[in-house]
Amino acid sequence: MPTVLILGANAGIGRALATEFASHRYDLILAGRDHEELVILAADLGLRYKVSVRAMPVDLGNFESLEAALKECFKAGGDSLEGFVLCAGHMGNPGAAKKDLREARRILEINFTGSALALEVAANHFEQKGRGFICALSSVAGDRGRQSNYLYGAAKGGLTTYLQGLRNRLYHPGVNVITVKPGFVDTRMVFGKGKLPLVASPDKAARDIYRAVTKQRDVVYVPWFWRFIMFIIRAIPESIFKRLRM
Amino acid sequence: MNPSFSTQSLFGWGRYRLESCHVCRPEKRSEVALALASGLQSSYIARGLGRSYGDASLNENGGVIWPVRLNRFISFDTSTGELECECGTSLAEIIQYFLPRGWFLPVSPGTKFVTVGGAIAADIHGKNHHRDGTFSNFVLSLELLTPVGELLRCAPTSNSEIFWATVGGMGLTGVILSARLRLRRADSPYVFVDYYKAANLEDALMNMEASDERYDYSVAWIDAFAAGKILGRSILMRGNHAPAAELPARLWDLQSKLANNDAISTRPKWNLIADLPSGALNPLTVRAFNAAYFALHRTIAHQLVNFEKFFYPLDAINNWNRMYGKRGFVQYQIALPQASGREGLRAVLDRLARSGRGSFLAVLKRFGESGPGLLSFPLRGYTLALDIPAGRGLAPFLHELDRMTLDYGGRVYLAKDAILRPEDFAAMYPRLDDFRSIQLKLDPKRLFSSSLARRLKIVG
Ligand SMILES: Cc1cc2nc3c(=O)[nH]c(=O)nc-3n(C[C@H](O)[C@H](O)[C@H](O)COP(=O)(O)OP(=O)(O)OC[C@H]3O[C@@H](n4cnc5c(N)ncnc54)[C@H](O)[C@@H]3O)c2cc1C
Ligand SMILES: NC(=O)c1ccc[n+]([C@@H]2O[C@H](COP(=O)([O-])OP(=O)(O)OC[C@H]3O[C@@H](n4cnc5c(N)ncnc54)[C@H](OP(=O)(O)O)[C@@H]3O)[C@@H](O)[C@H]2O)c1
Repeated sequence: MPTVLILGANAGIGRALATEFASHRYDLILAGRDHEELVILAADLGLRYKVSVRAMPVDLGNFESLEAALKECFKAGGDSLEGFVLCAGHMGNPGAAKKDLREARRILEINFTGSALALEVAANHFEQKGRGFICALSSVAGDRGRQSNYLYGAAKGGLTTYLQGLRNRLYHPGVNVITVKPGFVDTRMVFGKGKLPLVASPDKAARDIYRAVTKQRDVVYVPWFWRFIMFIIRAIPESIFKRLRM
Repeated sequence: MNPSFSTQSLFGWGRYRLESCHVCRPEKRSEVALALASGLQSSYIARGLGRSYGDASLNENGGVIWPVRLNRFISFDTSTGELECECGTSLAEIIQYFLPRGWFLPVSPGTKFVTVGGAIAADIHGKNHHRDGTFSNFVLSLELLTPVGELLRCAPTSNSEIFWATVGGMGLTGVILSARLRLRRADSPYVFVDYYKAANLEDALMNMEASDERYDYSVAWIDAFAAGKILGRSILMRGNHAPAAELPARLWDLQSKLANNDAISTRPKWNLIADLPSGALNPLTVRAFNAAYFALHRTIAHQLVNFEKFFYPLDAINNWNRMYGKRGFVQYQIALPQASGREGLRAVLDRLARSGRGSFLAVLKRFGESGPGLLSFPLRGYTLALDIPAGRGLAPFLHELDRMTLDYGGRVYLAKDAILRPEDFAAMYPRLDDFRSIQLKLDPKRLFSSSLARRLKIVG
């Protein structure tokens, strides 16, 4: 059976996406840093969908071990490995990041540096293979910087740009690169942050992402209407935008 | 990472009172302990899918642990039907994944949208209580995270005192993290149902006594408006799981499709997108509904009925509780002992009919033996459940019914209750002191509480 590797699968969109792939008869490798949780989810998905699910340790914040850990995952996936999905991300605490450079650094490193490095490893793997897909979760926050979370937004914006380049690089080798830009999704990134409009469930987000992967799309907003919202937000002149409280 | 609490206005299922609570939704098992140890809230209570009608899973201005994302299956033994799963797993999910494999819930409430944690904490009963007892009869063990953060595995044979305090303990002994359950075999999603139209209460009870034992499931819908000679006229609905071999040919195809599928869909089909006006369900419309319902049914045997329709008729509409409008409603469910039960039922139904309040849905069933759960509800005898729209004078009226119930040696179900008073509660639950002393040992710092617990002074 085809296998997919998901990094950051133990919660939120990653968990829902793992469930979505399993329900379509994919075997899975779930990677992340909280092994205990991944093992629980692996057992659950195996029981629900009768697919084979393994849990493997990968810490996106540990640049020393990242490449080796991912290579282990690719090895475990073997020939049936069809794709890599990067769901891990770190919203962090923007307020704290203003005073504490370590938090600022974490936000930048997980969402950009670590993410890009992980994707480089995946790119080399699939390029050599000459097929497969790479899907990464960026964010609508990367479409325009706002005062409320510009470090996160900048890192995601960087990731979006990185993915453009990667898509270009892997086009001829035959590897698909999918950029996903979720709006608000009801995960811990959103829960407890007050009433937000248009919040989608992780299951809904996962269905949309799965479809984008199987339809070999390039860039998708999740749900789709965020494309229009962001179009308008990007169209606001900077001289006005800088005055807004967003 | 520190758990975050979000302030939300929550209802019980009856939408009777909106309360502001600080809600934490753990995404991981370890986050429950972190939340309890965070010191962020003055007290905590767990909440499942909020299907208790009153204030059992509310904690006004306090913490609510909402582990609905801890809903993973842990293990399943295909030979014995033993399923281990996390507390937030819903009964709907269990059906969805295990009915196609030939297994069903050992005990089913009237909705499948309840969690395993909620089912244990209320020690729920189903239409098979007269035979099989409550949910806890099928709980082989559970993992309890106590208020002080200790993880205990409890079973009828180990930590049994804590087990029987937790079963029916309305969440006050800690957070149930996972449980091992025994499912029952069912090789088709159908039930063969016999309908019997009973002319009055006497007729209904006589039939139940005479032949309930022939059925896995037995329940009666009562016309709560009928008075005098037809007091208690009802439709008995009793059934047994349909063996696959006895299904008519037209269903074979469906049956084999089911067997090849991993899951069946159990989503609600309809949504009420707004409250109905509070007066929409008034005595007039409800009386008309009841009369029509009675008229439309006949005595007829061996009807093949889909399990959804038989067990969960209300689940077809996602949020049917909005039918009662802004004011909401209460469900009033009592158990009456065998000896005085008939007389008690007659008295309560008569009082209800005379009040003119009526009940949109009134359900009667026989209870088998009561179990060891210290605060478990069932008593050998009868149970009557009434849905009553909120309105002026409701509390005094129900207090009157509470007194009648007490006089007949009965009790009110905490999972439904919103109105009971502490002195009546204490008189109804004779093992309350045992419960309190075990609860105090588990929670010396008084970290666990709920709006229900404070209203009824369940814990000190
Ligand atoms: C339409 C309908 C029909 C019903 N029919 C029946 C019936 O036939 N028989 C019956 O017995 N009941 C019935 N009920 C009531 C329902 O089964 C119970 O109220 C059940 O407890 C609801 O579970 P929940 O997951 O929604 O929990 P909630 O309502 O959220 O909570 C109920 C209680 O469980 C506790 N709790 C929840 N999760 C945990 C946990 N993980 N650890 C510790 N404590 C926890 C809460 O603190 C609270 O005290 C019915 C309810 C509805 C709406
Ligand atoms: N939710 C939204 O509204 C939203 C909107 C736009 C974009 N996104 C993006 O969508 C993705 C998924 O978000 P989500 O909402 O599902 O978030 P989430 O619930 O917080 O999940 C994030 C996942 O990333 C993992 N992770 C974090 N740091 C890691 C590390 N150093 N190494 C390995 N794994 C790590 C987490 O695992 P741990 O359990 O180990 O922490 C978790 O599994 C993220 O990239 C996010 O930025 C989300």
